[in-house]
Amino acid sequence: MPTAIATRWIEACAADEIDEEDVIRFDEGDRTFAIYRSPDDTYFATDGLCTHEKVHLADGLVMDNIIECPKHNGRFDYTTGKAKGAPVCVDLKTYPVRVEGGKVLIGLD
Amino acid sequence: MTAQDFSADYQKRDYSLVGFETQRAIERGLATAQWYQCPIGRKELKELMRRSDGPALRDAAIWFGALALSGLGGWYFWGTWACVPFFLVYGVLYGSASDSRWHECGHRTAFKTTWMNDVVYAIACFMILREPTVWRWSHTRHHTDTIIVGRDPEIAVPRPPDILGLVLNIFALKSAWSLAKKLALHVQGKLDPEEATFIPEMERPKVFREARIMTAIFLGVALWCVAIGSILPAMFIGLPSIYGGFMTIFFGLTQHAGLDEDVLDHRLNSRTIYMNPVFRFLYLNMNYHVEHHMFPMVPYHALPRLHAAIKDDCPTPYASCWDAYKEIIPALLRQRREPGWYVKRQLPSHVAPLDVGAAGTVAAE
Repeated sequence: MPTAIATRWIEACAADEIDEEDVIRFDEGDRTFAIYRSPDDTYFATDGLCTHEKVHLADGLVMDNIIECPKHNGRFDYTTGKAKGAPVCVDLKTYPVRVEGGKVLIGLD
Repeated sequence: MTAQDFSADYQKRDYSLVGFETQRAIERGLATAQWYQCPIGRKELKELMRRSDGPALRDAAIWFGALALSGLGGWYFWGTWACVPFFLVYGVLYGSASDSRWHECGHRTAFKTTWMNDVVYAIACFMILREPTVWRWSHTRHHTDTIIVGRDPEIAVPRPPDILGLVLNIFALKSAWSLAKKLALHVQGKLDPEEATFIPEMERPKVFREARIMTAIFLGVALWCVAIGSILPAMFIGLPSIYGGFMTIFFGLTQHAGLDEDVLDHRLNSRTIYMNPVFRFLYLNMNYHVEHHMFPMVPYHALPRLHAAIKDDCPTPYASCWDAYKEIIPALLRQRREPGWYVKRQLPSHVAPLDVGAAGTVAAE
């Protein structure tokens, strides 16, 4: 039987801090995350660094459900973390997100 | 321009990706390092990065249309001198304009739609004699470690410059020979050791498959020529990379040749040159090369606007290709004698470049 892992919810930013179809960086301790607001006003969170060469994705470009890395134009689907082809080959880790009282919370293991 | 002369203590550089310079670059903090970026607001940059299919569809239509018309003229007048200007135009569009097309579509910034980038990328790679997957990864490394010796596989002019090789490449002879050797290796399912440093394992089957397809096409065209007793098919497929490739080196040399190596500031190792509209069409605005390297997510059609936004933080652009070549040709000839010499770009007085400290750390000057 799988062991349940407790989710720790952390406040990342105010919901209106992110423009629609954009991304911002959020650091927690020594970890860094990218928080996205999609064109249909839904929020998502992934690891903050590109799996290719560890560049901050928050400097990249959000297009629909895609985040493009600013260094080599590698693309991920930020809603699933799926790498969309070379030069990114490894998927991004995603995190659950909820919005409460105008704040964006991300769930960490 | 000014120049630095380190000839007295210059040691021959090893430009391979598997030599002692590779480890040295890593130890000096030059590999996958943080590069200088001119300050620009997020909102303005987002606007510049915005993708659109429109400009690239227009330019692709002009490109393919001009290829078709010039090719038709070449075919119609084949056997007479009148075919020469048509094949000249066809050759430049095929063997030179394809250089910027593979490049822009390789970054996937030319079109908004991914498959459009990928289709034009594959066609343009074939035209410019580049294997698509190999060059996607090679160019990725070029952007990570631009002109870092031991790391960048795309240093066009290692010092001391190989002038004969540059002359041969006016007709793509050196690059065609290089492709032939690589294809021979890849069709057997092998990579050379340098390629293995930047092409991941999972991408290698694709390399081998593409090499076999390219080889089959070249062999097919050769057989077609033999079968009909004419080189006409090869004048359309294959040979234009050779007879029409001269603008590739004309544009390509302006990017970095003669400038500094091992710096983490694209303003010091790249050139921005003002060019006329025809050249900018052929070259897809890659004359804004500092801007492209600094912000590779900005599509080619937005580079003039990016240039306007950051030019006060950059060296004075070259006024023309002539202006650039007045510097490049003497620089390369001098580097034959003094390989340590290079052109040092002058930054505006209010800004300073990132530099690499003697102890191997990266520090702002």
